[in-house]
Amino acid sequence: MTYRINNLCVRQGTETHLDGITLDLPLSGVVTVMGRTLAGKTTLLKVLAGLQAPDSGTLERDGRNLLAIPAWRRRVGMVYQQFVNYPHLSVRENIVFPLKRAGLSADAIARKLGYVTELLGLGELLRRRPAELSGGQQQRVALARSLVKDTEFLLLDEPLVSLDYKLREQLRDELRRIFRDGGDRLVVYATTDPLEAMIMQGQVILLHEGKVVQAGDCRDVYRRPANTTAATIFSDPPMNLVKGEIADGHLRIGVGVGSDVPLHFRDLPRGAYLFGIRASDVELGGSGIGARVALAEINGSTTVLHLELPFGDMVLLMEGVHPHAIGDQVALNLPPSRFFAFDADSQNLVAAPPVD
Amino acid sequence: MRAFYLLLKVAAILVWSAFVIAPFLWALTTSFKTANGVTGGPTYIPWVDYQPSLAAWQGLFGSGAGSIDIVGPFISSVMVTLSASLVSLVLGTLAAYGLSRFSYKAGPVGNSDLTFFFVSQRIMPPVVLAIPFFLMLGWLGLLDTVLGLIIVYVALLLPIAVWVMVDFFNTIPKELDETAMIDGCTPIEAFWRVILPNAVPGLVVAGIFCIIFGWNDFFFAFTLTFTQTQLLPVAIVSLNSSVTPWWSLSASALISVTPLIVVAFLVERYLDKGSIGGRK
Repeated sequence: MTYRINNLCVRQGTETHLDGITLDLPLSGVVTVMGRTLAGKTTLLKVLAGLQAPDSGTLERDGRNLLAIPAWRRRVGMVYQQFVNYPHLSVRENIVFPLKRAGLSADAIARKLGYVTELLGLGELLRRRPAELSGGQQQRVALARSLVKDTEFLLLDEPLVSLDYKLREQLRDELRRIFRDGGDRLVVYATTDPLEAMIMQGQVILLHEGKVVQAGDCRDVYRRPANTTAATIFSDPPMNLVKGEIADGHLRIGVGVGSDVPLHFRDLPRGAYLFGIRASDVELGGSGIGARVALAEINGSTTVLHLELPFGDMVLLMEGVHPHAIGDQVALNLPPSRFFAFDADSQNLVAAPPVD
Repeated sequence: MRAFYLLLKVAAILVWSAFVIAPFLWALTTSFKTANGVTGGPTYIPWVDYQPSLAAWQGLFGSGAGSIDIVGPFISSVMVTLSASLVSLVLGTLAAYGLSRFSYKAGPVGNSDLTFFFVSQRIMPPVVLAIPFFLMLGWLGLLDTVLGLIIVYVALLLPIAVWVMVDFFNTIPKELDETAMIDGCTPIEAFWRVILPNAVPGLVVAGIFCIIFGWNDFFFAFTLTFTQTQLLPVAIVSLNSSVTPWWSLSASALISVTPLIVVAFLVERYLDKGSIGGRK
């Protein structure tokens, strides 16, 4: 009882948007599709919706070929990054549009409209036109239109990215609540933000250049990213990567910075590695490595420092507001117990730090 | 300083208005003059400067010597212009939607080439088209008929409709069509129920262009008709004889321009109501 996607390819001219996607998706729950811009997220969603025909590959639900069903009979909902509503219709007419198309009775339409208006708090806006609404309200209307109908799956293409910070947090929490109570449908949620993926929970699929890099439970993917690509996509800011080696019972990064081999690297053979450390695991202070502050950002309640080290650049993220001037010299502590180790050639994960 | 700019603005508007309105007033006074009134030097105020006469106007609806019947050509012109504009608008809108939303490929020929092909019909001078049109209408037995003129005018107006509507459809995001299909519309229903209602401002602009170009055409109305069918611009010019009858020319020019003024006022009222919201 699953959606089965097999070897899906989409090309346009010389560009490859999807390159052999093979996946099994559950019939209900939330699946987060993550990847950078142009990774193929939107194309994958469009194929699922029936808006884009793949060049090759199959899409089945319980053995039923979904590709043969056109978008208007596939029973899907879709919410775009841009707020797409029907400009010539009022909010009420927008929301009931799919119900009218499906030929529901006036009673059923009124009942469903009432339910979804309450769910998304649109009661007072029903008579307005989309152009008279704020961005957040417009996206709510789009969401209401996709939730009001009886769908097998719901596709959301970066639905929060065009909203401001506060609205994004608010709507994100609402979405999680709606999806949890949402019943028997599969929600496919595309985003570039790892935090959103973590909040949505469930399965995560990492896309990169039209290929699946890794798929699995979001906590597992976070704890054990399959390779450096997965590690950089699924952490924000991207995971810091530095070249180093394990030799003679020591771990070395850069030139002359060494330490004992941490416990979780004990079984690794000696040789060259790429070590990864999350920005949130980099610490300030001590008699550590000297670094120069290249850029300091304060985002809400966190501080992000972009640092220049003798052996490369690094990003540090810490809770709280800590002003630093550009050009400041700071000392860094890189705890080896938090290191990931990737194979220097294949860039695949060979060891990850233990879960606390 | 502010008052000075305001003064400057008002002055500019007044000058421009005079520039636009004066020819109409001139034509209006001239149309109420007799031959002597026109040639006897400049006069402006009726009953004071000159004695107004309805002779010119009567000449346009009469059957006496030196007069023509303008009603027939007027009706023919309305029929040809409206029919051709309507057909062009319908065909042009459908063609433009296709060109805006789907990609066509035949060897090296793609969408932009097709769009250009439509528009290119208006690039060459009309004379080039006169002989082919004449021959084709001759074969079809449609020379000197209203139907023949409608067909030719569709050929002339269709590029305008396509051009305006392709531009307009390109401003409507494709996601709107996609959303409509996801909400249960077939592609044709998506066009009809969602895209078309949101394209009304474009339809109005394209329609106006079609009506203006169709109404004002003289060349094809002149070359493709002889005695049975006559359109307004040709009828007006045919007033000309050895003496230019300025008075009846003025009266007929005013008649000719009236429908366009009516259209302009209707459209202005419509645009006022808020074309941004689409359908009312």
